[in-house]
Amino acid sequence: MKKIVHKHPLAIRWFHWLNFPLLFVMIWSGMLIYWANDIYKIQVGKTVLFNFFPESFYAFLGISGQLAKGMAWHFATMWLFTINGISYFLYTFISGEWRLIIPEKKSFKEAWQVVLYDLGISKVCPPQDKYNAAQRIVYTLVIVMGFGSILTGWAIFRPIQLSQLTTILGGYEAARLEHFVLTIGFVLFFIVHILQVIKAGWKNFQSIITGFEVKEKS
Amino acid sequence: MKEELTTDQQIRRKTIKAFVGFGLASLVPIGVWKWINSRPELNNTLAPLRKTLEFNERLTGKLLADSHLAPTFPLSQAQKKVRVNGTEGLLSPIEANYKVKIESGNNIFEVSLDELKALPKQEIIFEFKCIEGWSQIQHWAGVRFVDVMNHYKIGQKDADNLYKYVGMETPDDKYYVGIDMPSAVHPQTILAYEMNGKPLIDKKHGSPLRLIIPVKYGYKSLKRIGVIKFSDTRPKDYWALFGYDYFAGL
Repeated sequence: MKKIVHKHPLAIRWFHWLNFPLLFVMIWSGMLIYWANDIYKIQVGKTVLFNFFPESFYAFLGISGQLAKGMAWHFATMWLFTINGISYFLYTFISGEWRLIIPEKKSFKEAWQVVLYDLGISKVCPPQDKYNAAQRIVYTLVIVMGFGSILTGWAIFRPIQLSQLTTILGGYEAARLEHFVLTIGFVLFFIVHILQVIKAGWKNFQSIITGFEVKEKS
Repeated sequence: MKEELTTDQQIRRKTIKAFVGFGLASLVPIGVWKWINSRPELNNTLAPLRKTLEFNERLTGKLLADSHLAPTFPLSQAQKKVRVNGTEGLLSPIEANYKVKIESGNNIFEVSLDELKALPKQEIIFEFKCIEGWSQIQHWAGVRFVDVMNHYKIGQKDADNLYKYVGMETPDDKYYVGIDMPSAVHPQTILAYEMNGKPLIDKKHGSPLRLIIPVKYGYKSLKRIGVIKFSDTRPKDYWALFGYDYFAGL
């Protein structure tokens, strides 16, 4: 016999999906801004391994020469991104959902087992609640990163009026780099998140839309 | 048997409802995106975005105060090679008898460089920030703009009020900036005639006199000042007309 198991409250589903267009616009407009001074690269000694970003990348996405447009979109959408993020954060506390997200003591040990299991190396998967150990760590980290993006963002948006914040973050140029690294972090998270969702299958995916999963009653 | 059927029906009903709701909800961001992009542009920026930039200006402009100074640095950190990023308004030759034209209400007059140099000199070593995203620690010296205002009794609309804006233009009027009064009278805003401890003679850096306004992105630090005028309406601003933020405060 089947039964409906409630998984994601409506509020969480809204916050989750609103983040999709909001983060998309933030990253896109952020790239328009970054293009105007695209100095970051990964370098070992004198060998440049990767330039952020190659000309072909800009050409492919059509982001060259639109600094003013990027700033206008970035500094408008930031409000919606912040409101959505803080609302989500507060909701997890009001609803008690935070208990299911925050890593437990055992999570750090179990996370490796989850990774090994997901990669097909190990056959043992640790038992989990709503989220497994790796999910707990990563989802909590992403929330922290969100706050990091807001703080580093303000540190470069108003570096004089908020000069104490900018100083704490290591100065204007350091804060700009931190803001960039966090964004790369979001992109990496997004890629892994998508792969994991595909791996977990349709039943799991539809629960972030419907809010429930169908389980066999035992 | 009957119970299972109702559960199945329930599942189907709930699933359809959720997906239809999801489909409708996803029209919201698409609609917002289309609506914003369908709005007219105000100085090359879509109206809703321009309005938000102005909202940000009203909100964060309140943080601007004499107590919020741009951090300063030791002389040893100042760059010897000061970066040049634009030559708009600097292409015509400098007039031999260079003077700054000042317009404050009906009070219109000219000031020479020597007269300005007679006022107290203010040095500043700060992090110059370009709107493109680069920054550089630079060493400038000149006269504080607020001292010029007080000395010549300009910028005063009436006994109690200052004008809301200052506009500055190059002598050929090819480059121009508008600055809100709180930023203009900020103690670190100077009319600079020295760079790295030496007289400012390089045309590309704004010789003979330029604005240095640390609380703004670099594009507001107009080079080669020809005209200074006060008004209650926003003076024209070169880059703001190209879609950039008018306030450009840091």
